Amino acid sequence: MKKNRKAQKAMNVNSPLLQRSIGKWWPLFLLPIMVAFSIGFLYPFFSGFYLSMCKFTTTSDAEYIGFENYTKAFHDPTFVHAFWYTALFAITSLVIINLIAFFVAYALTMEIKGTNIFRTVFFMPNLIGGIVLGYIWSMIFNGVLLKYNTNILMKQKYGFWGLIILICWQQIGYMMIIYIAGLQAIPEDIKEAAKIDGAGRVKTLTHITLPNIMPSITICVFLTLTNGFKLFDQNLALTGGMPYEFKLNPDGTASIVKQTEMLALNIYNTFYGQSATARGVAQAKAVMFFVLVAVISIVQLVVTRSREVQQ
Amino acid sequence: MSKEKNEELVDNELQKVVGEEVVKKTIVTNKRLKLSLTIFFTVISIVYVLPVVFVLINSFKLNTFVKTDTFKIPRGEMFAKFANYTKGVTFGNYPFIKSVAYSFLITVLSTTLILIFTSMAAWYIARVNNIICKIIYYLFVFSMVVPFQMVMFTLARTADSMHLNTPFTIPIIYLGFGAGLASFMFVGFVRSIPLEIEEAAAIDGCGAVRTYFQVVFPMLQPTLISVGILEIMWIWNDYLLPYLSLDRTKYMTIPIHIQYLQGSYGTVDLGAMMALITISIVPVIIFYLICQKHIIKGVAAGAVKG
Repeated sequence: MKKNRKAQKAMNVNSPLLQRSIGKWWPLFLLPIMVAFSIGFLYPFFSGFYLSMCKFTTTSDAEYIGFENYTKAFHDPTFVHAFWYTALFAITSLVIINLIAFFVAYALTMEIKGTNIFRTVFFMPNLIGGIVLGYIWSMIFNGVLLKYNTNILMKQKYGFWGLIILICWQQIGYMMIIYIAGLQAIPEDIKEAAKIDGAGRVKTLTHITLPNIMPSITICVFLTLTNGFKLFDQNLALTGGMPYEFKLNPDGTASIVKQTEMLALNIYNTFYGQSATARGVAQAKAVMFFVLVAVISIVQLVVTRSREVQQ
Repeated sequence: MSKEKNEELVDNELQKVVGEEVVKKTIVTNKRLKLSLTIFFTVISIVYVLPVVFVLINSFKLNTFVKTDTFKIPRGEMFAKFANYTKGVTFGNYPFIKSVAYSFLITVLSTTLILIFTSMAAWYIARVNNIICKIIYYLFVFSMVVPFQMVMFTLARTADSMHLNTPFTIPIIYLGFGAGLASFMFVGFVRSIPLEIEEAAAIDGCGAVRTYFQVVFPMLQPTLISVGILEIMWIWNDYLLPYLSLDRTKYMTIPIHIQYLQGSYGTVDLGAMMALITISIVPVIIFYLICQKHIIKGVAAGAVKG
């Protein structure tokens, strides 16, 4: 991998011949995408930052109030609940998805019959959108739970494990593909050498296979983690945050805490819920959400880089 | 012949036989393991496709039975023929066919725009590579880690005020918000193309525009396919961006339509809903079965690079 990068750099020595002739064509090559990028990303991003420190209902009546929105968001019990619930969900799904996906990939690289069909089947749910997935599984869970005279909206644990099953069904195939690519990249001679040295299946797995697919493991772990934190469509369609619980705040007011509401849905509900005055708070939550996801991505980058140096 | 030598020979023979037996045994256990794995995965595969099968089954069941007899095959009084389908496509006050058409239009237009403009920009960035290009490149990379919730409110407002709220103009928003990953993948690929080809073209008198469209663009094909598939899967299934940006009184997409059925009618007709879900996932599964290889490759490439 390191070699690759070096080769790339060596190849990428600038060619003055090309640079000069291409350079003046920026209105054709760069301008269209930069206009769209400004509309679709840069402007919304920076004005989002500014609005998180404002009181507003529409973008035109914004009034600067400093960090008040952030303190409000921190004291919002629904936000705190959504954070812990999301973290628990993300970590649980991370562990389950990666364990199963790895062992499926491991088994499917053992040259058993029907491998291609199994791969096709396991990957298929990835192509179905989150909203549709939610309704498919809500029908199935309700069909099962009806026998116990209940449904998925009745208890938090139903919603939690329901969403875990849904997300496993969707993502195991995806992670499996990445693990298979990693497993197939291990040179055959290393495995053969281990066999000749008398290493059994288990020893080969722990001493040869696992260290050699660390890059795939890093990718999959962080992918499932960020996917878990950013989950929205499936959460909305499966339970929509149900069931509710009333919680008494220290200052005497009560707030409705949605038991299965995750971070992204909580931000959405704060934006477009009953009170339009909470939009500043919602934007502050969104900024914190962004920081959280960005930090996870930066940690991933650091981990990947340090591995490359070691190799 | 000494007795010792004879014993040694026997010993050797014995070892050989034992060794062969061990090899035979491992081959047999390997075969057994492989067979049991095949059986195991066959069962799991069948379980894996069951949810889709249940959707199909229930789309032919009368609404009242979908809830009570979810897992039964529709027979006799349960069987609804195509009633759910005819009901589903005319449900509410918005014809489903319009949503399908808009989904299709938005996906095709946006993907085309993204492929053309991000690959052009990526080539420019990789070849010119001055300070401005580097800044733009890192902005693209940065945009990949920003979750949609961060920009959704202001983006929806911008779309509204700039009239980007129709299926014909929303591709511009997709181009802007989706520029990050696509450009990143293209820049990575362009950097691996040897400069000599383009230099030769330049010496032969090819201008930048011709060099790009006649020399570089055809070479980008594998990445064009990978990026194209990633964008199609994202945009076709996207819910929140079009939901917030589009003028919903006039335009809906498939995910919006399905969510809208659930949201606006207290007791939704589950049979009709399953019929609509069937209609919306059948083309996806056909598309998958046709270009399965490209899809799996594209998705893996996107994950590894992203």
